[in-house]
Amino acid sequence: MSLDNKKVKEIAYLARLNVQDSEIEQTASELNNILSLMDKLGDIDTGDSEPMAHPLKMSQRLREDKVSEEDMSKEFQEIAPKTGKGHFLVPTVIE
Amino acid sequence: MTWETVIGLEIHSQLRTKSKIFSGASTAFGSEPNTQACAVDLGFPGVLPVLNEEAVKMALRFGLSVNADINKNSIFARKNYFYPDLPKGYQISQFEIPIVGNGSIDITLDSGENKTVGITRAHLEEDAGKSIHDLYDDFTAIDLNRAGTPLLEIVSEPDMRSAKEAVAYAKKIHALVQYIDICDGNMQEGSFRCDANVSVRKQGEGLGTRAELKNINSFKFLEKAINIEVERQIDILEEGGSVVQETRLYDSIKNETRSMRSKEEANDYRYFPDPDLLPVAISDELLLEIKKELPELPTEKKLRFVDTLGLSHYDAEVLTSQKEVAEYFEKMIHQGADAKLSANWVMGDLSAALNKSQLEILDSPISSEELFQLISRITDNTISGKIAKDVFKLMWEGKGSVDEIIEKQGLKQMTDSSAIESIIDDVIANNPDQVQQFKDGNSKLLGFFVGQVMKASQGKANPKQVNQILNEKLS
Repeated sequence: MSLDNKKVKEIAYLARLNVQDSEIEQTASELNNILSLMDKLGDIDTGDSEPMAHPLKMSQRLREDKVSEEDMSKEFQEIAPKTGKGHFLVPTVIE
Repeated sequence: MTWETVIGLEIHSQLRTKSKIFSGASTAFGSEPNTQACAVDLGFPGVLPVLNEEAVKMALRFGLSVNADINKNSIFARKNYFYPDLPKGYQISQFEIPIVGNGSIDITLDSGENKTVGITRAHLEEDAGKSIHDLYDDFTAIDLNRAGTPLLEIVSEPDMRSAKEAVAYAKKIHALVQYIDICDGNMQEGSFRCDANVSVRKQGEGLGTRAELKNINSFKFLEKAINIEVERQIDILEEGGSVVQETRLYDSIKNETRSMRSKEEANDYRYFPDPDLLPVAISDELLLEIKKELPELPTEKKLRFVDTLGLSHYDAEVLTSQKEVAEYFEKMIHQGADAKLSANWVMGDLSAALNKSQLEILDSPISSEELFQLISRITDNTISGKIAKDVFKLMWEGKGSVDEIIEKQGLKQMTDSSAIESIIDDVIANNPDQVQQFKDGNSKLLGFFVGQVMKASQGKANPKQVNQILNEKLS
């Protein structure tokens, strides 16, 4: 599997990474090196193995349905870039 | 050219757990902004989601109610996208293996026929926060109280063929989630939300390109949104154009759907299994336990109403379409009320009065006990059905109990046959022409005499006796 420049731009957009046009070529080549390393995993014969959704062979622990968290909004708001009337404020999102 | 409409629905129903799906923050509605958003909900580094047991059980309750396959090992996945009300940059959802697989539910069409709608899957996921766009000119305000609220997304097969069918299905699911007590069904507060996938095709052809309609918060708007979207798509196709696959917002004020430009870029959610969460294992014991706890489902209740109470399918359907209405009706029956009469009153006068005052049955000023008393006064001949309607109005206005009103207003039915006889004698004496016509064979005039007698008795004469005595006197 290898990525062309167009795909790299697309992925950068989806990840909201600001990759400059001048950097695309190099980024693509670096990413392709990583991918070819990953491709080595394909050499291993996994025909007898069940697919796993998680590397641990365990199942999810469940939590009792109980409210255990206190209101810490003050602390959280203090470290937010901008707040108002209890809300977090972000640049206008136009829908 | 005839076009066929094809509709599938995605219903997000908020599960009524006390705490969030992956954190111990409260899910109560209407609190001050961000006071119920903890570090897990805010996506702080280093936090770990831990799954709420009750959310899993509720999903299973739903699955068992629609005879669905339950996946004994389901997987949580990350659905990646950027939006300010999604702090982690991904929503924890289920992708490859949802907890609830294939199932189905029966809906009743206007014609009275039943139709089975397939349910593709139902999966657990977390809700996002809320973006408020109109609070500030230069900012969007974010309230993350809702972030992490458990949702069950119920996905139907594209089995509906009209907006009406889609509404019938949505209402059925709405009733079901309330019967099995997993969702409060409050559409205004967003506890129950419908997205509709709509496409059209020429009869017999493959599926057309669909548009996904969002922002629908009532059954009325669901029907309108689908109808207006179908019109739009047919117009495009008949002019030789093609429908674009996209998400469209329904605007209820303008009654139109419009493209959500911000989501125009091809969505690529890059789902992958969430490494923070292990597969969810469901034991046979747990499934059995949940099966035992399931209450009587709407369809079962409906059939019981038909079979044991002798109600029509239509009446039984209406009475069971809302859990609270069914419970109100059943309370009357348990006190010994006549089933058909109770059904008529609940679906007739009570439901009309509730609608008029925009009240839910739980807030009815007339309790099931009181309505039971009212109809017992009809069945024991204290008052006629007609007078009962007046008593009902006075009860609604809080003018007292059934018996107090009947007593105070002097509404007691006249059952003394000699008193009724004397009124009838007067009526016969005052209308010699009609008497002659009746005797000449115009039997329709009986209604006229009954009317005159009822009028003279101010509606209090027992109609059965009036009919009987009139027939005797006129023959």
